[in-house]
Amino acid sequence: MVEKHFEIVTNFDIYVFLIPFLPLVASIITLLFGKRYFRDKSHILPILALFFSFLLSIKVLIEVIHGKIYHFDVYTWMFAYDLKVGLGFLVDPLSAAMMTMVTCVAFLIHVYSVGYMGGDPGYYRFFSYISLFVFFMLMLVLSNNLAQLYLGWEGVGLCSYFLIGFWYQKKSASDAGKKAFIVNRVGDFGFALGIFMAFYFLGTLYYNEIFPKLPEIANKYIGVLGYEVHVPFLIAFLLFCGAMGKSAQFPLHVWLPDAMEGPTPVSALIHAATMVTAGVFMVCRLHPLFELSDAMMFIVAIIGAFTCFMSATIAPTQFDIKRVIAYSTLSQLGYMFMACGVGAFIAGMFHLLTHAYFKALLFLGAGSIIHALHHAPDPNDIRIMGGLKKYMPLTFWTFFIASLSISGIPGFAGFFSKDEILAQAFFSKYPWGKFIWFVGWVVASMTAFYTFRIFFKAFYGEFRGKEVIHGYPHESPRVMTIPLIFLAIGSVFAGWIGIPKILGGSNHIEQFLAPILGHPRIVHEVSHSTEYLLMLLSIGAGLFGIFLAWLVYVKKPSLETFFSKNFRPVYVFLFRKWYFDELYHYTIVKPTLWIARKVIRGVADNTIIEGIVNGSARLVNITGTGLRILHTGIINHYSTFILIGILVYLLVYLYLK
Amino acid sequence: MEILLNNLLSWIIWFPLIGILIILFTNRKNESFIKWVSLITIIIDTILSIYLLINFDFSKTGFQFVEKKHWIDFINSYYFLGVDGVSILFIPLSTLTTLLCILISWDSIKSMVKEFYLALLFTNIAMVGTFCALDLVVFYIFWEAILIPMYLIIGIWGGPRRIYSTIKFFLYTFFGSVFMLIGIIYLYIKFGTFDYTILVNQKYPFLVESLLFLAFAIAFAIKVPMWPVHTWLPDAHTEAPTAGSVILAGILIKLGGYGFIRFAIPMFPQAAIYFSKLFLVLSVIAIIYAGLVCLVEDDLKRLIAYSSVSHMGFVTLGIFSFNPIAMKGAILQMINHGIVTGALFMCVGIVYDRTHSRAISYYGGLATSMPIYAAFFMVFTLASIGLPGTNGFIGEFLILLGTFLSNKTMVVFGATGVIIGAAYMLWLYQRVFFQELNPNVAEMLPLKKNELIALILPTLLIFWIGLYPNIFLNFMTTSVQNLLMNLR
Repeated sequence: MVEKHFEIVTNFDIYVFLIPFLPLVASIITLLFGKRYFRDKSHILPILALFFSFLLSIKVLIEVIHGKIYHFDVYTWMFAYDLKVGLGFLVDPLSAAMMTMVTCVAFLIHVYSVGYMGGDPGYYRFFSYISLFVFFMLMLVLSNNLAQLYLGWEGVGLCSYFLIGFWYQKKSASDAGKKAFIVNRVGDFGFALGIFMAFYFLGTLYYNEIFPKLPEIANKYIGVLGYEVHVPFLIAFLLFCGAMGKSAQFPLHVWLPDAMEGPTPVSALIHAATMVTAGVFMVCRLHPLFELSDAMMFIVAIIGAFTCFMSATIAPTQFDIKRVIAYSTLSQLGYMFMACGVGAFIAGMFHLLTHAYFKALLFLGAGSIIHALHHAPDPNDIRIMGGLKKYMPLTFWTFFIASLSISGIPGFAGFFSKDEILAQAFFSKYPWGKFIWFVGWVVASMTAFYTFRIFFKAFYGEFRGKEVIHGYPHESPRVMTIPLIFLAIGSVFAGWIGIPKILGGSNHIEQFLAPILGHPRIVHEVSHSTEYLLMLLSIGAGLFGIFLAWLVYVKKPSLETFFSKNFRPVYVFLFRKWYFDELYHYTIVKPTLWIARKVIRGVADNTIIEGIVNGSARLVNITGTGLRILHTGIINHYSTFILIGILVYLLVYLYLK
Repeated sequence: MEILLNNLLSWIIWFPLIGILIILFTNRKNESFIKWVSLITIIIDTILSIYLLINFDFSKTGFQFVEKKHWIDFINSYYFLGVDGVSILFIPLSTLTTLLCILISWDSIKSMVKEFYLALLFTNIAMVGTFCALDLVVFYIFWEAILIPMYLIIGIWGGPRRIYSTIKFFLYTFFGSVFMLIGIIYLYIKFGTFDYTILVNQKYPFLVESLLFLAFAIAFAIKVPMWPVHTWLPDAHTEAPTAGSVILAGILIKLGGYGFIRFAIPMFPQAAIYFSKLFLVLSVIAIIYAGLVCLVEDDLKRLIAYSSVSHMGFVTLGIFSFNPIAMKGAILQMINHGIVTGALFMCVGIVYDRTHSRAISYYGGLATSMPIYAAFFMVFTLASIGLPGTNGFIGEFLILLGTFLSNKTMVVFGATGVIIGAAYMLWLYQRVFFQELNPNVAEMLPLKKNELIALILPTLLIFWIGLYPNIFLNFMTTSVQNLLMNLR
């Protein structure tokens, strides 16, 4: 294969710079002046900024397709002796693809929010935060070094915190925001150590300087608690901790379902399409490092597989439509990590891109329903929906497309990317490839099942919410449905950039990303017949899931409670989300607070340390009172003391001499 | 200009005397005149200190703006001043802190106004003097002189338990200083001089050096304060008036860190290296221990006071790792902490003036009734938990990265403080600003002009240092390198 040659631009490029900078400016202006001057027009500036960012990213993407790579620093951010880090940009095929997706989806969701957030007292605040989020996301994606990656990483986390707790008067919302931030901090603790470790061994934080130095550490070991640990494994593992936090993988997945407290456009943009995929993006960005350690690749794959499976078991038991989709997001992120873990980085990125469209669409469709039912006490509950097909046709059709796409029905975007992951897992050179394929295959049918569960429950049957909303729902305004249509287009055609060769396509995405992510790590002989067979199997899995959902939720609704009644313990276990929240509460939160309150503050601080401090003060006091007895004021006593003193002094002097 | 430049440090130190003299001869009823005089005095002093920054030569290794005049000849003590990259940034920080204190106290100090502003100006003289002094007698005098106005500020204008707290504060820190005084006297008897530049190059037997190091270190450790000699701080902070807390957080506890870098470590390098493990462990304990206390603290001011202990743990961690990157980070983090924690104390003071309650449970939903204030508090919270883009990140990042190069284990433990820090600060923020509006704070006066200015200044600095720290880092480059080279 011929290596593609790139022209590397190292000069400052104003267009690249403006892509993240425009949303930042819009965000700051909206935050400062929105409340007083813009009010219900606060959306104009951010939407304009996003629109131009999107156009510029298309321009830059086209340049990258034609063989340009941008790599430059805007200025030196931190400079201390050996450490030199800039704020700068690296636009190569990987980041260009990601950047275009981010600006495109963000633009559509901004437009949608005009309808969804209309009339909210925090309207200006919402648009300011969400634009700021886009800025940080782009800084993360376009970063050329690890420190700036961390800047974007924490920045998107901050915006996520703001937006989850957007309705801060609600305790559950502010709790969820805080939980998201702190759980992410746990991951970032590892991430930061990973950065330090990388700097310690490689002496730089720039990607383009890290990669050539990787061979130096390929066979290095370092002692950790008496064990000799492979250095690339250690660095990659620590960095991966950050990815587990941000991309909500087991065991740090607990924040994402709660994050659904935020407004739905936020769930679509941040908690489905962009921020949560940052972990996958980071693994792809640093894939040469991860590939140095087979153990690390195995961990990535197995964490992805476990999260993928676990979430797919929880999703069908939940009644909150957004939570179901959130678990589906966890599960799909699991697919992406599974892809990375078998060396199928391109397939992982491909799934990331297609997922952004169909998952954003699912969320916005759910948002459209919630918007229509917003008079209900809990508009997210699928038990009050039903029959919406009649009232909300556009939402119905677009949601249908998204559901087909995520279920992997041929022709839709999700089919191509998921199939690519499964095929490459099956043919992977890594020994766990077949197992990963199996998990992915099983979960594919579960995905179709739980997605169509909410689809059928929401759109089919009779409308069950007449009493709670006092009437019938209406289709959402055009400002919300038009973005749905665009996302639906994306949910179909985004996959066509990666039509595999055996289906007569030319797999553009693979050709585009291969110079950065390398070609698939698969065994040499791949038989076409096996490939077709795999494809049929995964289509079958999807269709089976849909059929099952149809059977249970449309054909024979009596079956609906069959599982929850007959397998009560299993059902409760799944319904309670495998008890992770309770586990963390009783093993981490409670003991920490107990130690802090009783041991640290109660015993150590107030009793021991303060006891010694106040005790010594008292000792001085007592000594003083005691010595006062000697203070008689009688000359004879004093002269006796002086005499004794002189004698003692003389004795000591003579003795020492 | 020539006169000014030749004696610039003296000008900055003693300029507030002019204000003091004017206020002394002003009728105490004329309160607004007193306030304006002290404000203008400090503004000019701040401008002078910025002028000092501008005229600093980055490339020189030794001390700059040196002044050496005969003073107490018979003990061979000189009036000897000078600054280098380690100390220079603390001078504008001191004047700025006093400036903020005057702004934030404008309406909140109502009794004995004249004495209050005299005390503030006097504090400013002593603070700047301490950072400039190169003669140990001069240093010691300035060092102890700060205690007098601080003792009064806490004891007169403080909260209900002010007498207990101020005596505790005074005795605690004085106790430490006595050891340092013994050390200084020993050095004088041995070498016949108080000149820092001479003493720093002496060699000692290891045992003597260790004892001397410990004598100085106790004084500095109490000031920082390091675990386990930190318990004066929460009491002093809690009972002090807002301006007192801001000075404590902004400058006073920085004197400890500064003392380590300027005196204890370079004068007694072998001992410093020998004891560095101990100090690293104490730092890590401080980070985690104080952070955990913050998690269960239910008094706003005590919480922020304990967070200071935790943050200063990062500073001492950076200092005792003896890595140039970490050392730079530690100095910068002291500046950062002064700005951020000072600002947080001002924020607490602002609501305390309105409600007279420090209990976290008294508040709730404040973001609804004071949105602008909430936004400022959020910025300071984020800087405090070290979010990239704010100054707190630069300091913590440099400290942890630098320390990692010399001691990995400590960083692994120390970095958990970053998680705990996020937990207690965000939980605090949630309980005070989010959730349903507590009827106690439903009707709050909006921010006054003086309060607004006092909050805007640190906000600007937070983002400036966070986004472009190099201006500040460059001051230290040569001095820190020099310092650590002599250590090896």
